[in-house]
Amino acid sequence: MLESNIPSGPLDNKWNDYKGHIKLVNPANKRSLEVIVVGTGLAGASAAASLGELGYKVKAFCFHDSPRRAHSIAAQGGINAAKNYQNDGDSVFRLFYDTVKGGDYRAREANVHRLAEVSVNIIDQCVAQGVPFAREYGGLLSNRSFGGTQVQRTFYAAGQTGQQLLIGAYQSLERQVALGNVKMYTRHEMLDVVLVDGKARGIICRNIITGKLERFFGHAVLICTGGYGNVFYLSTNAMGCNVTAAWKAHKKGAFFGNPCFTQIHPTCIPVSGDHQSKLTLMSESLRNDGRIWVPKQKGDNRRPVDIPEEERDYYLERRYPAFGNLVPRDVASRAAKERCDAGYGVGNSKMAVYLDYKAAIERYGRGEANKQGRDGVGDEEILRMGREVVKEKYGNLFDMYEKITGENPYETPMRIYPAVHYTMGGLWVDYELMTTIKGLYSLGEANFSDHGANRLGASALMQGLADGYFVIPYTIGNYLADEIRVKPIPITHPAFEEAEKAVQARYEKMMSIKGSQSVESFHKKLGKIMWDKCGMSRNEAGLKEAITEIQELKKQFWSDVRIPGGIDETNSELDKANRVADFIELGELMCIDALNRKESCGGHFREEMQTEDGEAKRDDENFSYVSAWEFKGDSNWELHKEELKFEIAKPSQRSYK
Amino acid sequence: MEHYTMNLTLKVWRQRNNKAAGSFETFQVSDISSEMSFLEMFDVLNERLISEGKEPIAFDHDCREGICGTCAMHINGKPHGPWEGTTTCQLHMRAFKDGDTVVVEPWRSRSFPVIKDLMVDRSAFDRIIQAGGYISINTGNAVDANAIPIEKDKADVAFANAACIGCGACVAACKNSSAMLFTAAKVSHLALLPQGSPERKIRVLNMVAQMDKEGFGACTNTGACEAVCPKEISIGNIALLNREYLAAGLTADK
Repeated sequence: MLESNIPSGPLDNKWNDYKGHIKLVNPANKRSLEVIVVGTGLAGASAAASLGELGYKVKAFCFHDSPRRAHSIAAQGGINAAKNYQNDGDSVFRLFYDTVKGGDYRAREANVHRLAEVSVNIIDQCVAQGVPFAREYGGLLSNRSFGGTQVQRTFYAAGQTGQQLLIGAYQSLERQVALGNVKMYTRHEMLDVVLVDGKARGIICRNIITGKLERFFGHAVLICTGGYGNVFYLSTNAMGCNVTAAWKAHKKGAFFGNPCFTQIHPTCIPVSGDHQSKLTLMSESLRNDGRIWVPKQKGDNRRPVDIPEEERDYYLERRYPAFGNLVPRDVASRAAKERCDAGYGVGNSKMAVYLDYKAAIERYGRGEANKQGRDGVGDEEILRMGREVVKEKYGNLFDMYEKITGENPYETPMRIYPAVHYTMGGLWVDYELMTTIKGLYSLGEANFSDHGANRLGASALMQGLADGYFVIPYTIGNYLADEIRVKPIPITHPAFEEAEKAVQARYEKMMSIKGSQSVESFHKKLGKIMWDKCGMSRNEAGLKEAITEIQELKKQFWSDVRIPGGIDETNSELDKANRVADFIELGELMCIDALNRKESCGGHFREEMQTEDGEAKRDDENFSYVSAWEFKGDSNWELHKEELKFEIAKPSQRSYK
Repeated sequence: MEHYTMNLTLKVWRQRNNKAAGSFETFQVSDISSEMSFLEMFDVLNERLISEGKEPIAFDHDCREGICGTCAMHINGKPHGPWEGTTTCQLHMRAFKDGDTVVVEPWRSRSFPVIKDLMVDRSAFDRIIQAGGYISINTGNAVDANAIPIEKDKADVAFANAACIGCGACVAACKNSSAMLFTAAKVSHLALLPQGSPERKIRVLNMVAQMDKEGFGACTNTGACEAVCPKEISIGNIALLNREYLAAGLTADK
């Protein structure tokens, strides 16, 4: 039975009321309570630092060489907060409402409202830490609009907001390390969670340098290990991003929520060949000024500048005249895929569309000429002035594009294609961020909680820091208050022995296969299945095929994978093999979840469920629930449903026309 | 950009572990696309090595978008290779031509011991931050974010210094293995902000002391660090650090 533990009372008073009534742990007792934090991105670093400040004995773990490397660092755009500094009508309620609606009514109201409430504290905290947000000439913070909302609530630091927020959290974490409140374990990867009497009491890690397995005790364990977008092989995630920690928790009993909810971002630099290892996001803001097109003629190999206007298909403007190039992410992504699948794609791989700035450059150039009161300016001069304006607005993105592709986007249209970049699904948690295992929590992208079926731009950073700085420091006390009499359990306890033995056996098994196919080749095959059949659009037949293919791939992996090197040493291939094995299992569950959800909502588009003109059709009557999957054994899961009740934000159909 | 393929000779540093002696190993790689990133070229080589039953080359990498600071290769005598303002992961193969020989080494510094092949241990940087690279504020203590206005110019410079990715190229480029640019970027980021002001003196003293303790060498203002920094952090920060250090040394209460 799923118990979400949402406090009673009016929505806007739940969090306050909760905080006023929870159990507290006195400072002396905190010193003898140990907390394990796995992952040091925004959620993990902020949680570890804050819990250390409170006086808990914290052990923090990351597989990187430093906690500063976590992939939160790559977030570009910004972080939302309901500060209403712009006096433009923003409020906690509006941020709450936008987030629930943006998530296509598949998120929990109470969690989202709490997120909106604490968003304002996050900005204060970050500024106090020295995060250098963008400022106006008057010295106050600057905001921009983002993701189609009607207010300006996004705080940013150029295109490096994630980096600056993570450095802030990292510095707070290192301060706690220096004070001895946090012990930091870098190059350690969590490989299992240890349960004693049904409660999470520790973890098993692999020391990535020595290859040795190590055991760690904690009164509670926090999984803050990010999303699982790399199940698709190609994504905007970092190479090391993986589902392993969350997956091990899942296999030990933590339910997995909404695994099929993934977000595909429409504007990424496309694949350039079979060697491609990852994809790079180009900020969505580029669609404000760019026009998207493909040639009208299939397989047209002319250079884009040689294709005349009348032979271009501005397919978004054609299909969605009201919104044009500014349709929502999921619609833009699916439309690009449709054109490429039909054979109209461009570039070497033919899996790309053009994002063209020529019209914008001309428009801005003429605007400049006007401003300067100059008549009869030549075409070349207009273009030069226009390029200057575009450079000021988007210069860093254009530079990045040029570095990667070698093409000058001021001269020739950019090639873009959608790519996986965020996963809304994750470990199921209750209001206190506890999973279905007592004492095991999940924070940030690793949990399923706040974004429903689709995340709004600039909300991922907000959620990671909300969970770590302002939610877990309260909710964990409500649990640990009852644990103060529990003495640290020695790591020689049979539960630790058994868990380590199981991990050891799995590693020996993988190493003993000595097959013929590399880990990478399995990951690529899995990615292709997932992308083709559980990607931007899904249908029943495809998902069923995918499940069969993944099961077959799993068999192949466990009988034919080739891992060089040894166990007791630095072995990146072995680390990767373990992660890919988990991705294969997760992939199957994602397909099962997508198959079960016979509706289209947010990032989940079931082809059978669309309106006549190809729009997503949500089914509130039958699917207004969170899918929480319980692991029951090999390829076997049981579905539990958490009904979603909308008392304030009443569901309505999203419309773009 | 015209796409082309190339054949290259790679000389790569191989070292089994921290204790073992290392040496260069030569590889021929063929049909490398000019559109590949430098690390993707390594991926291709590693896949081949695995298929031949050999051990792939170990190297650190993660985001592959030039922001996490994990990747670290000394390429043809230059940290992160021939392109300016670029990390190893953002270097692309069109920087090379058919027939080139490319020499790849790990960062060379006593304070960055080699772990395996091209992987090094940069934990010394974390310890420098632990010595004072932060503002001492606990969660929940903050005043409203707009309570203290900060001049835009100052905020912009603080941001430019905070853009350091902690990759260690500055150390690798320096003939003395000095960590001054890394340390100075952090000192300057925090000293320029009013929030960082109360701890200015103690911060610079402690961070410099830790830097020395880690065995990094002295700065002689050669500027090699600035030239290779993928985030183009200014060497002017080192002068600022020296001023901060001098002032702190003269007035700090001990």
